[in-house]
Amino acid sequence: MSTNTSKIRQIKHRIVTHRSQIFRTLIKQLLCLFLTILVLSPIYLVFINSFKTKGEAARMDIALPTEWHFENYTKVIEDGKLVQGFVNSMTYSILSTAVAVMLCAMAAYVMCRNKSRLNTLLYYFTICGLFVPVNFVTVMKVLQVFHLAETRAGLILVFTSSMIPFCVFTIKSFVSSVPIQLDEAAVIDGAGPMQLFFKIIVPLLKPILATAFILEFMGVWNDFITPLYLTSKSSMWPMNLAVYNFFGKNSSYWNLVFADIMLTCLPVIIIYLLGQKYIISGLTSGAVKE
Amino acid sequence: MKKNKIYPKWFIIAPLILYAVFFLLPSLLGVWYSFTDWNVRSKGVINFVGINNYIEIFTSNKNYSAGIINTLKFTLISNVVKLIPALFLAILLKEKLKGKNFYRTIFYLPSILPFLVIGLIFKSILNFNDGLLNSALEFLHLDFMKQKWLSDLAVVWKSIYGVDAWRGIGYVMTIFLAGLNAIPSSYYEAASIDGANFFHKLRFITLPMLTGSITINLVFGLTYGLKVFDIVYVLTNGGPGHATEVLTTYSYQVYANGSYGLATALNTILFLITTVLGVLIVTYMSKQEVGE
Repeated sequence: MSTNTSKIRQIKHRIVTHRSQIFRTLIKQLLCLFLTILVLSPIYLVFINSFKTKGEAARMDIALPTEWHFENYTKVIEDGKLVQGFVNSMTYSILSTAVAVMLCAMAAYVMCRNKSRLNTLLYYFTICGLFVPVNFVTVMKVLQVFHLAETRAGLILVFTSSMIPFCVFTIKSFVSSVPIQLDEAAVIDGAGPMQLFFKIIVPLLKPILATAFILEFMGVWNDFITPLYLTSKSSMWPMNLAVYNFFGKNSSYWNLVFADIMLTCLPVIIIYLLGQKYIISGLTSGAVKE
Repeated sequence: MKKNKIYPKWFIIAPLILYAVFFLLPSLLGVWYSFTDWNVRSKGVINFVGINNYIEIFTSNKNYSAGIINTLKFTLISNVVKLIPALFLAILLKEKLKGKNFYRTIFYLPSILPFLVIGLIFKSILNFNDGLLNSALEFLHLDFMKQKWLSDLAVVWKSIYGVDAWRGIGYVMTIFLAGLNAIPSSYYEAASIDGANFFHKLRFITLPMLTGSITINLVFGLTYGLKVFDIVYVLTNGGPGHATEVLTTYSYQVYANGSYGLATALNTILFLITTVLGVLIVTYMSKQEVGE
């Protein structure tokens, strides 16, 4: 008799916990769904309004457009100087990031392998730059001295320099996971330092180089303050600045502004979806290491 | 000897020179120029004026010192607003949940978008008359919650924190998730057997095991907060009045007006604050490395 009641109690208990689990999962899913809507609704708003007429877009609602105006995009590409901006952004992002990642890989590799006092000091000296802001007012001055003010080369050098601390920091922590025996074997086989680095080490560093490249590429693409300070000629503006300027002139044409925004975001969204694996691993390499 | 041959010193030189010339040198030059009257009209003639620029910053009626306070305030609050929800979100998405990979992808998405663009989008959403937020509140019959999000002194900072959190929480969450994944699940199982509830586990397992991720998030968060520019510049441009001005926006404004000396003085204050923070963190890191 008593065993029976306890069994019944157990079963009841199980049903209750099962129910509360379902309830909990439901709450969690609802919360996640709510947050997804919170994240996506601004993006949806931009997307949907970029196809409307000026008057319809001014109401800023989430209704579908009565007519789809695809020509908003062609108009904004012409008026907003977007082709120029796209070429500029691509040039700045690719060149500055490629140079920085390659140079920093070399430096980080030597700093990690040859831990002399000087190298260690230089490493800490470099990563102090993670925290310090760029003083753009005096960067202008330095660029003038080298006759690089208002040039693409100058802008690219500033981008490259500002990403050096981060690149050295992330790449160095990865180099330490590459076995040093490989170096020794290669040296015994008669490889010089250049051969050793480019033939043996670089292929092994590919994942972290990809990560650094993607993160910094997006960093330059999204950078607003650097070109704001360093370029006054509209022919040098990246997409970012072109959009801002377009908004300044056409702030009542939300349909066109939104089309402009869509085109500016598209490249980074594509890169994010393609390179997501590398982005996450890069962000987390430091977090797990500790 | 041998090491210097296999790992040549010149591998280090190029990035070091670039870093020194285009990154550090300007900051140090900035310290020097902050003691001068350098401005748009001084054609090569720059006079040493002592600490006049700093006196101007701390005593003038332009209220530059409020910019310093605002910078520190933003750094503190924006981090609290992001870190705590992001931690719970990470815990939520760590557990068994259908579609969690989808949610992770979506929640991280805002942090890859250009700040400028986010600023513009939210300028439209937070518009008082026909912005999406106020329309939504009206639709839900919550009219009393409608606000002048970007022009009312009492709410403008909250709007900035909100937009900043919208962009940043996914990023912080991702770093927390990596830390959580490194905690062995056996710890939680053992704790469950001992009758620990959610908060016990959080307090005695999750938080202590998560110090690495918390440090990383704090370091990135603090430096981001101190250097913040884009979001404030685009959303409010320091307004209404000068209520939301931070060091970087003040500096840009002063620079645009041609007072380069004063602008570098403002930058130098930020440089000093971040350098102190940076040196503290780097010293801590170097001790950790020796300890390993």
